[in-house]
Amino acid sequence: MSVKQGLMALLAEGPMYGAQLRSEFEERTGGTWPLNVGQVYTTLNRLERDGLVEPTGEADSEGRISYRLTDAGVAEVGTWWTTPVDRDNTPRDELTIKLALAVTVPGVDVAAVARTQRTATMRHLHDLTRLKQDVMRKQRDAERDEPEPDESDSTANHDLAWLLVLENLIFSAEAEVRWLDHVETRLHRESLRPFRRSGDSAGAAKARAEVEETAYRREVGSQQQTDRTGARR
Amino acid sequence: MTAPSLLLDNVTRVHGTGDTAVRALDGVTLEVMPGELVAVMGPSGSGKSTLLNLAGGLDMATSGRVVIEGEDLTTLNAKGIAQLRRRRVGFVFQDYNLIPSLTAAENVALPLELDGERAGKARRHARQTLDLMGLRELSDRFPDQMSGGQQQRVAIARALIGSRRLVLADEPTGALDTHTGEDVLRVLRERCDDGVAGLLVTHEARHAAWADRVVFLRDGVVVDSTGRASSAEDLLDTASR
Ligand SMILES: Nc1ncnc2c1ncn2[C@@H]1O[C@H](COP(=O)(O)OP(=O)(O)O)[C@@H](O)[C@H]1O
Ligand SMILES: [Mg+2]
Repeated sequence: MSVKQGLMALLAEGPMYGAQLRSEFEERTGGTWPLNVGQVYTTLNRLERDGLVEPTGEADSEGRISYRLTDAGVAEVGTWWTTPVDRDNTPRDELTIKLALAVTVPGVDVAAVARTQRTATMRHLHDLTRLKQDVMRKQRDAERDEPEPDESDSTANHDLAWLLVLENLIFSAEAEVRWLDHVETRLHRESLRPFRRSGDSAGAAKARAEVEETAYRREVGSQQQTDRTGARR
Repeated sequence: MTAPSLLLDNVTRVHGTGDTAVRALDGVTLEVMPGELVAVMGPSGSGKSTLLNLAGGLDMATSGRVVIEGEDLTTLNAKGIAQLRRRRVGFVFQDYNLIPSLTAAENVALPLELDGERAGKARRHARQTLDLMGLRELSDRFPDQMSGGQQQRVAIARALIGSRRLVLADEPTGALDTHTGEDVLRVLRERCDDGVAGLLVTHEARHAAWADRVVFLRDGVVVDSTGRASSAEDLLDTASR
């Protein structure tokens, strides 16, 4: 199950806004699968882009926007309920797979794939950093206006929570850029090897081993998470 | 359209000759506009420092042009370059380079004094600059009474004192931890938001992300760069939070 499916399943019960979706989701999964607000909103944005959900109208007085399923969304949820979960299909990272395939499928410019992704992830990182600067500026302004916030200051707490979420996303994006740098360097080195031949050369095999290793680690990670979740059931 | 603060036009730098020649930089073109912070990323040895040194007139290009605020360095003699550098360009290096026997304010005032300003006036100006950057409490401290992050922020103040509107920073956060590194970037970012042009060399993506644009170098060649536009505030829908 993915976050996407989970949120859509909840929306089948009626319109909800982001924070509501998140707390419902966590409550119903017994807190075994914590979501962050950023994840909920990015997912909603993707679903909206794909025509599966739509906003019910303008933001309410507190700036919240409710979402509901479109007809296509309703159909998708129906399909999800009636289709067995694919047990062979452990969650994998699409980018890792893409690069592993790019290395092995003839005729793909792997370095270009890596570079294109790095540019995109770098932009994402830039946008996240801008958002973070906004939060920090807001915090500094608040501190200046009210040097001793009282403990029940929920705005401050929410800003802090948002900041931590953003920083989590920032560190992940950074890790991805680093890994892509590494991939590019690795590919570059392999391309300089004199005995490299086209197709499945020793170089390509090594590079593939590298990405597979990463895929494996991620898989083990998600497996452990599944195990933990299972144990708590 | 405003002129770029810095323009590198098809710049190549070759060290040595013959078999041992190293192309540290190979046909790099890059411009930095006023108010813009551009980051340069790349593996070690890819030519980042060479690029920065050429941009600041510390090194001369083998071919191509380096233009600072409309002045083509290749048309100037050594003295002209030194003067241009002193008046227009501020450098920030990894190791702060503050003079240990001078206070923060005195360090910041130094470039003005070297340029012929009277000491009293230069120091008043230095204090104003430190105030403006939120560093007032550091004014009378000596370098060994400041943390690395504080020293580096003072170094940025020094780099931008007077009429200088171009700052070149080579791994300014290299020796700092996450939080202090971020304080340094914030100061740099704020200067650029005020109209200064900045070129920032870093190997950390998280730090490069403070820039408007990132240029990736490999073996002296620009292999990639992120666009000027920041596409998606809608990546994360802040409005509906
Ligand atoms: N003075 C020099 N003489 C010879 N080679 C040099 C000199 N300076 C730099 N290089 C070479 O130029 C390349 C780029 O160096 P540099 O700009 O310092 O890279 P970076 O800052 O990205 O690590 C390297 O291969 C380096 O060895
Ligand atoms: Mg260097």
